[in-house]
Amino acid sequence: MSNDWPLYEVFIRSRSGLEHKHVGSLHAADAAMAVEHARDVYTRRQEGVSIWVVRSSDIVASDPTDADALFEPARDKVYRHPTFYAIPDEVKNL
Amino acid sequence: MYTQGLDSLGKECVHTSASDTAGLEERFQAKVDADDKIEPKDWMPDAYRQTLIRQISQHAHSEIVGMLPEGNWITRAPTLRRKAVLVAKVQDEGGHGMYLYSAAETLGISRDQMLEQLLAGTAKYSSIFNYPTLTWADIGAIGWLVDGAAIMNQIPICRCSYGPYARAMVRICKEESFHQRQGFEIMLALSRGTPEQKAMAQDALNRWWWPSIMMFGPNDGESKHTAQSMKWKIKRFTNDELRQKFIDITAPQADFLGLKIPDPALAWNESTQHYDFGTIDWSEFQSVLKGNGPCNRERLEARRKAHENGRWVREAAAAHAEKQKARAAANQAA
Repeated sequence: MSNDWPLYEVFIRSRSGLEHKHVGSLHAADAAMAVEHARDVYTRRQEGVSIWVVRSSDIVASDPTDADALFEPARDKVYRHPTFYAIPDEVKNL
Repeated sequence: MYTQGLDSLGKECVHTSASDTAGLEERFQAKVDADDKIEPKDWMPDAYRQTLIRQISQHAHSEIVGMLPEGNWITRAPTLRRKAVLVAKVQDEGGHGMYLYSAAETLGISRDQMLEQLLAGTAKYSSIFNYPTLTWADIGAIGWLVDGAAIMNQIPICRCSYGPYARAMVRICKEESFHQRQGFEIMLALSRGTPEQKAMAQDALNRWWWPSIMMFGPNDGESKHTAQSMKWKIKRFTNDELRQKFIDITAPQADFLGLKIPDPALAWNESTQHYDFGTIDWSEFQSVLKGNGPCNRERLEARRKAHENGRWVREAAAAHAEKQKARAAANQAA
């Protein structure tokens, strides 16, 4: 049992027109088997119309300890949101 | 899908709060208190990690072993409809095991390690599956009672502090509710059937009632780790709270079926607005847990046999993948 099959992350498009969304992971000997397994494990109730699988080891992720450095700068920039701007009620279609 | 004994903190999980980790622990607990989720790459206390590994892997093993007692009746389901439903249910249990193994793996244990623990008999799984399924009515009783008890246990885990476990539980709970309903439907058909069919349903209820009640784990006074698990928000309700809730909703369902729950002390209590019930025989639970249930040996034998018989398939798939990779590399070089 020493040669663990590699881990794949599974992304499913639930309906055409929507994006693929991460749903979980599974082990498979190769990519083709990963797609077959993903179909059995993650789409038993018509949850998808398309499957992506990606080797987990190929994903590059941000480090949680960098979260402040990465995301904090956006916190005080409320002017990026439309609700920041006060517009008189009489003005329409803005 | 099935859980039990969710307060599974092992004694080897000693809290090592050295002064340098004290700050990290504090921040971790503040996050949990704020109902924030803990994700795989976040810092977490080792005891939290070990508790989750044990609990999630036991939960996964329970799904996989749970396929056996029900699989026993697939070839003998009384109609094609019942057979299709049972196949779908057993396949779901396999899927639930996969979701949970994946969640456990995010904590740093490998799938192979978990399988080894199961096959070596060192990992626990829900002891309810060490009882045999003697008649078709047992399939009804399992869906109604065992899945019912499991759902009661699992719904609060959807809000567990560990993200991957909570997400797996959301999926599982969504899929689970048909399991309980199909079980009740089987019981309903039998209890409205011939006297022999009704007697069969009653017999199944007699055998599955107490083991189902025990699925909620030891009484609160005996449950050593509940407080810690609740502080970590791995657990949201105590064993006795969930057990009471389950009995309160199930007793009227038994009345509707015209079946009698095998507990002479079971009675509605107007003042507490709950059902009173009899004392649980924990010695039986302990004995089954220790490996002396009717089917402990048979269940593990079946898992080992399946694993051995599937070995050539796994090896062939790995060899095929290797060959494909080598061929692709050669093509690229050419």
